[in-house]
Amino acid sequence: MSLVSASKLSKRYRAGDIEVDAIRDAEFVIEPASFVCFVGPSGSGKSTLLNMIGCLDHPSSGTLRVVDTDVSGLDRRSAADFRGRNIGFVFQDFNLLPVLTAAENVEYPLVMVQRWPANKRKQRVMAMLDAVGVADQAAKYPGQLSGGQKQRVAIARALVANSKLVLADEPTANLDHATAIRIIELMKSMRDGFGTTFVFSTHDPKVMAEAEVIFTLEDGRVARNAH
Amino acid sequence: MGNILKIAARNLLRYRRRTLLTSALVVVGIVAVMVFVAVAGSFKAMMVGQITDSMLGHAQIHRRGYVASIENLPLNMNMPQAMVEKVNAVLGAMAEIEAWAPRVKFGAGFSNFAETTNIRIVGIEPRRELAVTPLAAGRVRAAADPASFLKQGEVLVPELLARGMNVKVGATVVLIATNKDGSVNGKTFIVAGELESVTGPGGRDGYIHIDDARELLRMTAAEVSEIAVRFKNPAATERLVDALAPALGAMKGKDDKAKKKEGGAAAGIEVHPWQRLTPFANIANMIDLMTLFIKIMLVSIVLISVMNVMVMAVYERIREIGTISAIGTPPRRILSLFLAEGLILGVLGALAGSILSMAAIYGLGAARITFNFGQQQGLLLAPSIAPSDVAAISLIVVLVAVLASLQPAWKASRMDPIEALRHV
Repeated sequence: MSLVSASKLSKRYRAGDIEVDAIRDAEFVIEPASFVCFVGPSGSGKSTLLNMIGCLDHPSSGTLRVVDTDVSGLDRRSAADFRGRNIGFVFQDFNLLPVLTAAENVEYPLVMVQRWPANKRKQRVMAMLDAVGVADQAAKYPGQLSGGQKQRVAIARALVANSKLVLADEPTANLDHATAIRIIELMKSMRDGFGTTFVFSTHDPKVMAEAEVIFTLEDGRVARNAH
Repeated sequence: MGNILKIAARNLLRYRRRTLLTSALVVVGIVAVMVFVAVAGSFKAMMVGQITDSMLGHAQIHRRGYVASIENLPLNMNMPQAMVEKVNAVLGAMAEIEAWAPRVKFGAGFSNFAETTNIRIVGIEPRRELAVTPLAAGRVRAAADPASFLKQGEVLVPELLARGMNVKVGATVVLIATNKDGSVNGKTFIVAGELESVTGPGGRDGYIHIDDARELLRMTAAEVSEIAVRFKNPAATERLVDALAPALGAMKGKDDKAKKKEGGAAAGIEVHPWQRLTPFANIANMIDLMTLFIKIMLVSIVLISVMNVMVMAVYERIREIGTISAIGTPPRRILSLFLAEGLILGVLGALAGSILSMAAIYGLGAARITFNFGQQQGLLLAPSIAPSDVAAISLIVVLVAVLASLQPAWKASRMDPIEALRHV
């Protein structure tokens, strides 16, 4: 049973007076606990595709199923609920909330999205910080962390609520190469440890080489590479 | 809720200077309103107290039509004894009434044996009159006997008239009056004191004992021109008058029937609160109106300042809104996060504003500021504010602060996460 499946998936949007086909008739399947990378040049549609898989955007046509749910017709509230229960996000700019400590950032989905009881939350947060290697930074605010530490915290936040799928749009773009490789390795180890599917986008060939499944996007078309 | 408040508080602390400035604006607005309410309320209470406690009473009962003709002091519109007794019975049954006093009012000639002038006289029962208008005793200047307000055979003369007629305390004067049948009578009185003028109708009337008044007017029965009433709770005057009117109206029906049988004119009863008897009620209303406008200004200050800071907060945190939206925060919780910021601004402003206002009001009271009202000089300003007013103003501020946050918060909760995440 696939975790994500797309059939004749298309996304068309208007940019001024021009109609742009961001994704054209995409067909792909992502298996559970896989480590998947979407590659392609800027403007190839990587972010658009990740946004649709993450229920942040709707397809113009075709079918998109994520975690046994047809997500193409979800309204705003249902989409938010679905994301909260199933999908974690890791962003290029880390996007940690600056007023919360590392631990509080990781705790956020458990408080504001899933509403876990306080005692279970604390244990879970510390376990996740420990898993990503920044337990000693728990009380620090994002402004006091390095880029690599921030992204580790962001990964912990994406995983803390038992997400089945983590989407990471260019997660290493703002990191130096060595840190980027360590972050990708961390994501892979998290996949191994938690069985979570990781889908990320990149155009860095060395980061790309770490992926187990690679989809290439070009002019909105998706092709699976042998790897 | 605790987590929402925690995040909201930290977000406010991110921009300390802006939060402080906005809070300061709210605080200044609250202090201005509360001090104004306290000072204006003090002035109003003193003005009303001067009028009701030294002259009018909280309400007055007359025979119907008397007030319309009050400038003439018509003796033929006095309440007959039977009516007075029935009114007494009704008043005696109302627990909210503290005291009431009968009065006989008439116009008279005032002679010092050298010259004569006109005077308006009020015949009173001194003990009962002071129970209704306790400040009346304080109006007596240069009293012959400070322990006694007024005895039979004495007259309290308005100070301006005493000065004009060159009448001293202890002098003998003559009052000459025409009764309702047209016969003229005179009686000598000893001037017991000068009566300080009070601004408003009846403020320059002279006082004699009610028995003297009836003797002078050759009344065969204990007629009364008006009955002044004092309520235990002056603030409830209009409600109590509304309650009193039907009770007296029921009594009036019997009276009408009796009068009709006698072939006399229909004689009803009127009850008027003090507000209907003096134009100074309009000043009290104007003070209330000004207070309302000041409150509207406060609402505007809070609305604009909080809305401004919240619009800025939403604009500066668009990417954060996109992030929390993307990770599944329900729109209503995003709404709550921003509403909570408005709530905290309102609550902090209301708390600090209330405390500073109390201090300012206490300071004004301690400064012992005096002012003049009409003929009264050196009235002491005693600003005070009711806890209910403090609570109401604080509640208004908090509600308006939340209301001002509603539009920016709504905008944040409806934001498209993709657009928000792209925002630079």
